Amino acid sequence: MAANLQAEKRIRQRYRREQRFKALCIGAITLAILFIFVFFADIIQRGYTAFYQAQIQVEVTYDERSLEIPAAAVSEEVRPLVSRGFLRQVPGHVQSDPDLKGRTVTRWVTADTGVNQYLKDAHTGLSPQEKATVDKLHEAGRIEFAFNTNFFTRGDSKMPEMAGIKSAVVGTILTLAVTMAVAFPLGLMSAVYLEEFATDNRFTRFIEVNINNLAAVPSILYGLLGLAIFINFLGVPRSSALAGGLTLALMTLPIIIISTRAALRAVPDSIREGAFGVGASRLQMVTHHVLPLSLPGILTGSIIGMAQAMGETAPLLLVGMMAFIPSAPDGVTEPATVLPAQIFTWASMPQRAFDELTAAGILVLLAVLLTLNATAVLLRKRFERRW
Amino acid sequence: MRTWHKLSLAAATAAATATALAEPADAREQLRLVGSSTVYPFASYVVEEFGATTQYPTPVIESTGSGGGLKLFCAGDGTDTPDITNASRPIKVSEYDRCQDNGVDNITQAVIGSDGIVLANTANAQRFELTLEQITRAVAAEVPQNGELVENPNEYWDDIDSSLPHNEILIYGPPTTSGTRDAFEGMVMEAASEEMGYDGAYTKIRQDGAYVPAGENDNLIVEKLVQNTEALGIFGYSFLAENRDRIQATRINGVEPTPETIAAGDYPVSRSLYFYIKNGHAGKVPGLYDYVELFLSEKMIGDMGYLKDEGLIPLPAGRREQIRQSVLNQEQLTRLEVKTLNQ
Repeated sequence: MAANLQAEKRIRQRYRREQRFKALCIGAITLAILFIFVFFADIIQRGYTAFYQAQIQVEVTYDERSLEIPAAAVSEEVRPLVSRGFLRQVPGHVQSDPDLKGRTVTRWVTADTGVNQYLKDAHTGLSPQEKATVDKLHEAGRIEFAFNTNFFTRGDSKMPEMAGIKSAVVGTILTLAVTMAVAFPLGLMSAVYLEEFATDNRFTRFIEVNINNLAAVPSILYGLLGLAIFINFLGVPRSSALAGGLTLALMTLPIIIISTRAALRAVPDSIREGAFGVGASRLQMVTHHVLPLSLPGILTGSIIGMAQAMGETAPLLLVGMMAFIPSAPDGVTEPATVLPAQIFTWASMPQRAFDELTAAGILVLLAVLLTLNATAVLLRKRFERRW
Repeated sequence: MRTWHKLSLAAATAAATATALAEPADAREQLRLVGSSTVYPFASYVVEEFGATTQYPTPVIESTGSGGGLKLFCAGDGTDTPDITNASRPIKVSEYDRCQDNGVDNITQAVIGSDGIVLANTANAQRFELTLEQITRAVAAEVPQNGELVENPNEYWDDIDSSLPHNEILIYGPPTTSGTRDAFEGMVMEAASEEMGYDGAYTKIRQDGAYVPAGENDNLIVEKLVQNTEALGIFGYSFLAENRDRIQATRINGVEPTPETIAAGDYPVSRSLYFYIKNGHAGKVPGLYDYVELFLSEKMIGDMGYLKDEGLIPLPAGRREQIRQSVLNQEQLTRLEVKTLNQ
């Protein structure tokens, strides 16, 4: 009887322990979700205002004088409220459309960052007089908020109202194209060789350990390597998407090799033996049977590697991609920057208006990364086969 | 299986395009600039304007720090080296010699304006008034006491001077890699150390937690000041100008940092900003001197210039004219001048 009681007590104790452990785990998850929630709420709250922007309706006079001094194209009252980025283009407007010369046109133009900041209740350098003018024009409907197209159609600028992510997005695409063009075939072939062709000996095990180590090397070291090999030795132009892409390829290579090997290993040996059984060569066995079956896994790993490369900044700093790039690059040898580098540059700008642009840049980067990772999950869910 | 073939084909094409596009870039179309992160906001403004208003392509500018910039600049005379480097301090004799050794023997120096280094705290607290000596006593690793150097014992501001508030000494400032820190050490500590009883110039900053190196991001320092009402921060004037609603500048030796006091040199912690031009590239890279001319024009660095809005403090009009003359004549910088600049 006594033994029975003791046993029951022990069981109750074990259950209690289990409950405690479960509660701790739930606590950990709640904390993690809370962190993510706070982070997202903070970034969204800081950044959403960057997606709309003040516009001002002005009369632009295209005469001799305004071609000489572009600021004279608008009346003195609104001159400090119009973006200098617009005024600078006035002579260019006439050049591309000679009919404009001598005419006065009423048009909506981007307002100066001061107007933007003032209407968004942020700190501004506008004088009280200018603030009064803004209030007056705002009431008269001549200053209005509109979607901030500049943010998506223009490159970096020193004028916050003119700054956008286009050149960084194009730079990111070019850089990642180079990265994948180099890392994917190389990684795939290395993995196929190690998994399907190589014999298991000391040498291949040595290589395997090294590849696993490489995946854990801090990314800044790849930057130093890229600087030494690609720029100083091979003469790849500094700051170019090619230099950045090759550097990131070095970093992504081990990730692709490891995930590809895992995907190949998941294909059961019965498939290989079946192929051999009907007289297939090793190459045929790999290309006709194993690779097609492991492709979803390989692609998932590659996409995750790509997402990691996309968020990387440290190695790119060393190959000169933390540069000021107002216009999008046309090719991989032209100077370029990438999204995370653009965010970093904006974060260190003195002007307060860059705060919201920094947060908006982060939002765009997060959205793209989420899409990439979601694609990876989807691919796995849809095409993965279990044996 | 078909997907697999298509995919390998796509990868192969992509690789081929990447190699085809990678032609050697011998003749350069674009100007290349490197250098100081303090000058970077001004120079990139000019870069943008230059790209938007001339037929030349937009120059490439990188922020590498003054020392890093001069290192790249002096590496050689070929077109794979930068054409211009920005600096928040004059070139050192050692750097000048390195340039000469590497065949960069014809350099022109341009001064673009002044910058003040400010000490600021949150606008919600009392404004500080300090002398150079008091600042040195707060940040130095060791202080002279009875003719001997002892480890800095000051924990609160009123340990230094009883008229100062009973606030903990906590200063957020630039790290050792920064040109702003070099300038701060030179203009505050070196300037004060002679009279204070140090044995010569003393520039060692304490590492016991009272001085916090806060990274190269000055916005971060401003954020810290807003959160911690007892803390002081060290950064460039342009960050003060942009954040006047949140922080206030310390009066140093009784002078408040304003564009006027900094330009006149009354404010003791002010310095000139420079850039250096590689004259050997003048004929090789298109637009070099057009860029320089735009940078030195009145609409950029003048009293009403655009860079004033960005936080640059203009030089007196006469000096601007003089600099424009000498720079546009491509006057060569001599070793003697470099020596005098560094004294």
